[in-house]
Amino acid sequence: MSQHLIKDLIPREELLDSGHLACPGCGAALAMRMVLKGLGENTIVALPACCWSIIAGPWPQSSLHVPLYHTAFETGASVASGIKAALVARGDTETTVMAWAGDGGTFDIGLQALSGAAERNEDFIYCCYDNEAYMNTGIQRSSATPWGAWTTTTPAAHPEAHPKKDILSILAAHGIPYAATATIAHPDDLIAKIRKAKGIRGTRFIHILAPCPPGWKAGDDETIALARMAVKARVFPLLEVEAGQRWRITLDPPREPVGPYLRKQGRFRHLSDADIAQIQELVDRRWETLERRVRDGG
Amino acid sequence: MKKVMVGNHAVSWGVKLARAEVIAAYPITPQTQIVEELAEMTADGRLAARFIKVESEHSAMAACIGAAATGVRAFTATSSQGLLLMHELLHWAGLGRLPIVMADINRAVAPGWSIWTDQNDTLAQRDTGWVQLYCETNQEVLDTTVQGFKLAETVDLPVMIVLDAFFLSHTSEPVDVPDQAEVDAFLPRREARLKLDVHDPHAFGALTTPAVYMELRLRQQEAFDRAREAFAAVDREWAERFGRGYGALESYRTEDAEIVLVTSGTITSTTRHVVNERRARGERIGLVKVKMFRPFPTGPLRDALSHVPAVAVLDRNISPGHGGIFAEEIRAALYDLPPGRRPRIDGYVVGLGGRDVTPAVIEDCLERTRRSQAEAAAAAANGGAEREIAREDIWVGVKP
Ligand SMILES: Cc1ncc(C[n+]2csc(CCOP(=O)(O)OP(=O)(O)O)c2C)c(N)n1
Ligand code: SF4
Ligand SMILES: [Mg+2]
Repeated sequence: MSQHLIKDLIPREELLDSGHLACPGCGAALAMRMVLKGLGENTIVALPACCWSIIAGPWPQSSLHVPLYHTAFETGASVASGIKAALVARGDTETTVMAWAGDGGTFDIGLQALSGAAERNEDFIYCCYDNEAYMNTGIQRSSATPWGAWTTTTPAAHPEAHPKKDILSILAAHGIPYAATATIAHPDDLIAKIRKAKGIRGTRFIHILAPCPPGWKAGDDETIALARMAVKARVFPLLEVEAGQRWRITLDPPREPVGPYLRKQGRFRHLSDADIAQIQELVDRRWETLERRVRDGG
Repeated sequence: MKKVMVGNHAVSWGVKLARAEVIAAYPITPQTQIVEELAEMTADGRLAARFIKVESEHSAMAACIGAAATGVRAFTATSSQGLLLMHELLHWAGLGRLPIVMADINRAVAPGWSIWTDQNDTLAQRDTGWVQLYCETNQEVLDTTVQGFKLAETVDLPVMIVLDAFFLSHTSEPVDVPDQAEVDAFLPRREARLKLDVHDPHAFGALTTPAVYMELRLRQQEAFDRAREAFAAVDREWAERFGRGYGALESYRTEDAEIVLVTSGTITSTTRHVVNERRARGERIGLVKVKMFRPFPTGPLRDALSHVPAVAVLDRNISPGHGGIFAEEIRAALYDLPPGRRPRIDGYVVGLGGRDVTPAVIEDCLERTRRSQAEAAAAAANGGAEREIAREDIWVGVKP
């Protein structure tokens, strides 16, 4: 897609101020900026504990130009359910309610609330910005942390021993109308998905890869390159799933091996070539499953 | 062996020395260093424990409950929101009589988000059936952690070790780390009397009808009564072996005192400084530090505070709609002392959400009590009404 088209696609309106408190090169800040461009100002945000609790600014400030409710770590989906119900109770069926949570708040402590809401098909958009660990508390593993990664609770001598939880499949299995993945390096794809989600009723789930320079031990000018490489290496495919059945790969750039992507990040520095070959195998296997789903459905 | 370490690592070292066998924990600021250090210790084999990296504090406590019910030594650590999320399971561990040890870093409760210290997280767990021990120094943190396991296993009650966010959790102090062999002699491997055991099957926690539930509660209450003496014995033995003891309560320069300040946690150290300065000027000021909050040290408090004319309780906590929680409890504990031996008790709410409690704040409380005491004395001399005991606590160091 040419530069010109992307510019036309992305609204100029800024609903996130530049004075926010994210680290330089933070993928999470960029993710919020893009998502709000897609949703517009008629949006209310429910925000469980995560880096964004800080990025949003301390009282009495807010870096967002939309209403924001800070809430307990495990409650993103349930507080969003309540906000939506209240709006509807007073006749407002138009305002979009968005829960905005990290991977910890989604894959781990908030999963019960999210599963409950998805099963009830609550009418909100749930965005998970995924930096693959608990960054706010200083880089501890989550179930989104990929196999082999270093974190402070998975030291290099004993790195993460489990593959990343397949959250998209879990959400899709609830049969919700719309679930998708996106990254901050593909704003056109991201905003198109957000807009599509906005036009659907029921639970919509968007899983956004948002690299974190300190947590990934990468340069703060590499955030976007890393997200782009993750897609090319098929570590993080760009997908959408409708009604839990219709799987589609929305962008499929020429395939690249996982090695260069992993080698760019300090959190994988300890991995041997054999480890990397093992990760390649895992990625290839997941891709095969994905292709089968695209072909045969859910 | 002396090591310089932060309070969080003093907890981790205590847990290592106690040879905890199952650790289940979840990160939260400012506790996370405890978990990180224990993750390293278990990963590199310095501690032979199973470490369960659970997905929430609710599951952390539940996993400790499963482990302790199976007869092993279980540990977790948390803070603030994490402790609050555990609440249901805290009752489960308490009434289930499971000797779990947990460290809580006192951190104020949201909303708005705060990571700084106050005691509302732990005091909200007052009635969950956990022993609560508040610490003043990193040495005390390490010692109390090991002692906590022994106490817990002696009386079959869970024990909470409490320390202030940042003032202890992230502050480095020299800490004497006892020898492992000596700790092993003090604290042998846990041998549970009852546990999940296929050779001796029991069911735990089954339906308990009104015909027996009260007795269950009574046994728990009796265990708390025993915990007072058990803690004293554990502390005595610790002192004999390692040369340091703390007591449920510490009286500091209270001899002939006209006013005694009552504190817990790190406010105590600042108050010691104020007391020393005042004593140097010839003023009769003393300090009582409350270490044990549950079981409440009613007897020692009555011994320490009867005959003192005026007491000023500093509470880094608030029970909304009532007042400072320590002041409340101390008033209740002393209420039925005979008139003449019952001190006048002023309560001060200070330092919430991590606001500094400086010597100036403590002096402010002290001067207020001195004034109210003088007024009461003058009123009494004029044949005025008997002084009132229960009054509203005063918030010090706060903008109106
Ligand atoms: C009940 C509870 N437990 C723990 C915490 C501490 N905590 C705050 S944010 C956070 C990690 C968040 O991780 P994630 O959701 O991945 O977001 P990130 O910080 O990585 O952006 C943790 C553990 C909390 N606030 N509440
Ligand atoms: S730690 Fe990572 S996710 Fe958090 S603000 Fe910094 S860059 Fe963003
Ligand atoms: Mg994260």
